Amino acid sequence: MVKHHLFWPLTVLGALLLFNLVYSPAFFRIELRNGQMYGSLIDILNFGAPLILVAIGMTLVIATKGIDLSVGSVVAISGAIACLLISKGADQNAFGLVMLAVAVALALSVALGIWNGLLVSVFGIQPIIATLILMVAGRGVAQLISGGQIITVNSETYNYIGAGALGSLPFAIYVVLIVLLVASLLTRRTALGMFIESVGGNPTASRLAGIRSRAVMFAVYIFCGLCAGVAGLLLSSNVSSADGNNAGLWYELDAILAVVIGGTSLNGGRFYLMGTVIGALIIQTLTTTIYIIGVRPEITLVVKAFVVLIVCLVQSEAFRKTLVQRFKMRKYPLEQEVKRHA
Amino acid sequence: MKKEQGPILTMSGIHKRFPGVKALTDVSFRLFPGEVHALMGENGAGKSTLIKVLTGVYAIDSGEIELSGKTVHIGSPQEAQLAGISTVYQEVNLCPNLSVSENIFIGREPRRLGKIRWKQMHAEAKKLLEDRLQLHIDVTKPLHSYSVAVQQLIAIARSLNISAKVLILDEPTSSLDRNEVKQLFQVMNNLKAEGLAILFVTHFLDQVYEISDRITILRGGEFIGEYAASELSRIELVSKMIGKAFVELDQLPKVRGTASKELSDVTAEAVQLGRKGAIEPFDLRIHKGEVVGLAGLLGSGRTELARLLFGADRSDEGILSVHGATKAIGSPRQAIDHGIAFCSENRKTEGIIEELTVRENIVLALQASRGWFKTISRKKQDEIADEYIKAININPPNPEHLVKNLSGGNQQKVILARWLLTEPKLLILDEPTRGIDVGAKAEIQKLVLSLSDKGMSVLFISSELEEVLRVSDKIAVLRDRNVVKVMTDDELSQQQVMQAIAGG
Ligand SMILES: Nc1ncnc2c1ncn2[C@@H]1O[C@H](COP(=O)(O)OP(=O)(O)OP(=O)(O)O)[C@@H](O)[C@H]1O
Ligand SMILES: [Mg+2]
Repeated sequence: MVKHHLFWPLTVLGALLLFNLVYSPAFFRIELRNGQMYGSLIDILNFGAPLILVAIGMTLVIATKGIDLSVGSVVAISGAIACLLISKGADQNAFGLVMLAVAVALALSVALGIWNGLLVSVFGIQPIIATLILMVAGRGVAQLISGGQIITVNSETYNYIGAGALGSLPFAIYVVLIVLLVASLLTRRTALGMFIESVGGNPTASRLAGIRSRAVMFAVYIFCGLCAGVAGLLLSSNVSSADGNNAGLWYELDAILAVVIGGTSLNGGRFYLMGTVIGALIIQTLTTTIYIIGVRPEITLVVKAFVVLIVCLVQSEAFRKTLVQRFKMRKYPLEQEVKRHA
Repeated sequence: MKKEQGPILTMSGIHKRFPGVKALTDVSFRLFPGEVHALMGENGAGKSTLIKVLTGVYAIDSGEIELSGKTVHIGSPQEAQLAGISTVYQEVNLCPNLSVSENIFIGREPRRLGKIRWKQMHAEAKKLLEDRLQLHIDVTKPLHSYSVAVQQLIAIARSLNISAKVLILDEPTSSLDRNEVKQLFQVMNNLKAEGLAILFVTHFLDQVYEISDRITILRGGEFIGEYAASELSRIELVSKMIGKAFVELDQLPKVRGTASKELSDVTAEAVQLGRKGAIEPFDLRIHKGEVVGLAGLLGSGRTELARLLFGADRSDEGILSVHGATKAIGSPRQAIDHGIAFCSENRKTEGIIEELTVRENIVLALQASRGWFKTISRKKQDEIADEYIKAININPPNPEHLVKNLSGGNQQKVILARWLLTEPKLLILDEPTRGIDVGAKAEIQKLVLSLSDKGMSVLFISSELEEVLRVSDKIAVLRDRNVVKVMTDDELSQQQVMQAIAGG
């Protein structure tokens, strides 16, 4: 069981939740108000939705031995362009206008994904550098779009995407489920998943086996851009405004972290979408927990970093081995002698 | 040999299991100073594992290791090295772009104030190579400018430190040609004379008898016995390895030749195909159902020729036609679409995808040629994997095993399966029997012959001339990146081909 790839992520998530249960039993309370569910757990899912989306896209990129640092900027651009279009409309609530804004934002995100894909797969620039370009430039683009200010919109239709509810659950949760489903189908029902893992595991051998690795890389960067775009819509519509400066800031780091916690290696190869989702939930839960127990704001980041460190150590096989060995070594007194030999 | 000294190394009652596999069961092993000791066994018998538990790569489950009479616990390869055990693993990891001396001293460069002392490093590297390995080369040149054999010696130099008492070589000769093997053996004999104990793994029986004093045999992870080489006949050795009475493996005729065959359709034809710096323009015609052997020394351009046909490298002149139509093959993908398959000699870097399972590795090329959406169903994949695991005897017979956990020889078989599955018209095999045990080697040779009888064309590359002669209808001989001669019928004798290779 310990071998299952979800074992450690789930254990960590469980431990975090358990801590909350002990610390504040109210954490688990879910209320129904006007037929809609409220509570910390729902909040985690709702506020965690954009991160989960970005992390899902990131998972596929990382599986090809790549990385996408530009997701945070894409989040900002997508939100900014959507809000800009809506704010220019005569009737901000018009369904057609909102759909148009959404479509334009997503198309732009795909275009940005294509840009990354182009740099990485056609021009052969190292992913970390290639996407760094858009990470930096993209912030600027987002600020240009928003004119350096926060664009606010007054559209209930748009606001529904990030803050509305379908049935008794937040709409954002359904968005995540759909993207997760699409990603799973795309990778596990077609051969794409195998190709991604193969390209990430050994690019040379994959090429010799006839895999079009360029096309595969293109696909993952485009998908990652799209995921970031959707996340940008969720974020901006949730607060009915777009902030080119701060929207999606540091998302790339949280997303990478979520992917790694979820069991996908930065060396590429095997990837685990469900692991990533749980990884993102761990990060969101951690953020919420720190907030609830009222850690002083100055040290929240330190606390977060510390917990993340522990999570990573627990997951590291090398670390666990070292621990076990240190423990075992006591049984081998002669080991010292070998060392002295040197 | 001074056996009275007692063994320098004793391993007893060693057990090691991996999830689902008993790799070693109650294995004993002894090594005396001043001897070359061959460790023999089929693919997956546990040879590499025994070496890895000895050198601290894996921890043993139970058992005892004594070095110079003292029980030791070796926790890591570094500790092993410090304790005097030098190892060159089956998968050598050198850096081709670094200089020879950097490769020797990597990670332990002589430094002063944090800066690498290049002069001293080069001098020490040179001295080490000259004194202990009688190798006189320019140590400042990048590693890749030397032949594989020399690289092999450099790997040995890296592992040998002053206090080395034990030297372990896991299949060091699998990619060497005759002369290079000789060179290596010379060095081994010298080291042996210095009193070093050498553990040596190989699948070449000739080499075992040429160099080793004693032999330990493993089968299926169990200790079969320890013998003096002079007292164990070849037949006994093989039957102890495979565990059944020895059936003559060399039932195939020694030389094949075209005589009996009618050759009409041309599968592939190269006319003045060439690539600067890789291979001079050459002509080669491969008929349907024909096995063409490529013979030549390492570095003579055999692999380069094959890579051009497969589109792994682009040709910069000449024409390649497949089934009579001229094709511009610019990528492996295009070659595969035209029915060409290429089984690379570098299984680790160009063959297996380590993190994937046996099943996935087998279906990979077929799936790639079908594209993203025409998926091979999981059920079908399982069937395919089972079929090939049985057909070419991949061990352990578990399609969900990760390929990286397979023994070297079994990895080779997986790649072979991958290409057979694509049912190519032209199958290019570059050193297909490298690291493969005696039994399986004969099986693969038989397989090649039966495929060609069914109409497949095969381009067969091997450093072992006997093997090339045995399967080929005709042999193209390469020297210095030139196809110097294409030999058929009567010309196909060991002596004539060797002469052509040497340039006589
Ligand atoms: N890391 C590992 N995890 C799981 N199984 C392993 C691992 N390493 C080796 N094995 C298994 O242990 C057995 C012995 O493998 P080993 O590599 O020692 O064989 P070998 O005798 O060196 O074979 P070859 O001649 O093919 O190199 C094999 O069945 C192999 O699949
Ligand atoms: Mg081995």
